[in-house]
Amino acid sequence: MLFRDTNAGYGLVTRLMHWVMAIGVVGLFALGLWMVTLSYYSPWYVTAPDIHRGVGMLLLFLLVLRFVWRLANPKLDDSELSPFERKASAVVHWGFYPLLLALMLSGYLISTSDGRPIDVFGWFSVPALIKNPGLETPAGEVHEILSYVTIAVVILHAAASFKHHFIDRSRILTRMWSGPPTN
Amino acid sequence: MKLVPLSIAATLLAGAFALSSSATADSYVIDTDRSHAAVTFRIKHLGFSWLNGRFDDFSGTFTFDEKNPENSMVNVEIDTKSVNTNHAERDKHLRGKDFFDVSKYPTATFKSTGVKINGDKATITGNLTLHGVTKKIEIEAEAVGGGKDPWGGYRQGFTGTTKIALKDFGINFDLGPAAQEVDMTFDIEGIRK
Repeated sequence: MLFRDTNAGYGLVTRLMHWVMAIGVVGLFALGLWMVTLSYYSPWYVTAPDIHRGVGMLLLFLLVLRFVWRLANPKLDDSELSPFERKASAVVHWGFYPLLLALMLSGYLISTSDGRPIDVFGWFSVPALIKNPGLETPAGEVHEILSYVTIAVVILHAAASFKHHFIDRSRILTRMWSGPPTN
Repeated sequence: MKLVPLSIAATLLAGAFALSSSATADSYVIDTDRSHAAVTFRIKHLGFSWLNGRFDDFSGTFTFDEKNPENSMVNVEIDTKSVNTNHAERDKHLRGKDFFDVSKYPTATFKSTGVKINGDKATITGNLTLHGVTKKIEIEAEAVGGGKDPWGGYRQGFTGTTKIALKDFGINFDLGPAAQEVDMTFDIEGIRK
């Protein structure tokens, strides 16, 4: 079992973090769209936002870990990519970090602008760092816009991986799933 | 040159009207600068308790005729995005499309159309515009007090309450059968101009 990345493929840690975040980000997008349509007497009216906030905070920690892990691991071989593809993939891959960070922080600010902490499934709570009443509304607008931007980038990212997989017949998609080839 | 006497006459006439109204009813500015006024509301939560909120930003004026209070009138303008129920997520929801829709309807106004005195209480009728809907409402009001303040000014204070149905103003988010109506209270103190 290879935990670290090599220049031929991704280790277990990277792959696990990638797919947990993929499911988390897409799942929270769907949950977010759905929860704002709930009626006041829906049994999910309180629970759905609780889950959204809790998972969001866990993803924020995971994002930081993942960024550190990414910096501490070797770069994968991308010699098969065209110069344009190399540039575009670097922008998307590195762009995900500030984009997701801004998305998660804007969500955090919605809930904490009145000084209340965010409870994470009763396990622990994330305290409010700035108390700024009124900030929740602009933070909410930013959160909504960034969520759509994120999903657009996710679609672009997935489409590019399918292109490499189905058209170029490369291992770019499979290596995020099955790791480096074992010799 | 022929127009000059006419404009003088118009000015005199306008002045005469202004005098006749200001001679009887004094004009006041609601003291929001030092916050001796509040627009608050409460609504039942599930029918179990009262949820309290307020609008932090509003302004207004009134005239008050001590000899003939039925001559008085009041105008209040409320900044709807200043809604404050002491919970950021709820306030964000209240500012959104389900409730006040503040980007579309940034202000709510009350303009009185008449005052009826009954004993030491008064019924102020007027038009409340909220969420783009204007409706006639009645505010049950009473004078709290008035007179010279210790700093050289002259003040007059009132309290008034009314009850409005959210649906009447096109706010249709269903908060349950016990939460169809909102009690509103206006506690205002004015400084005489």
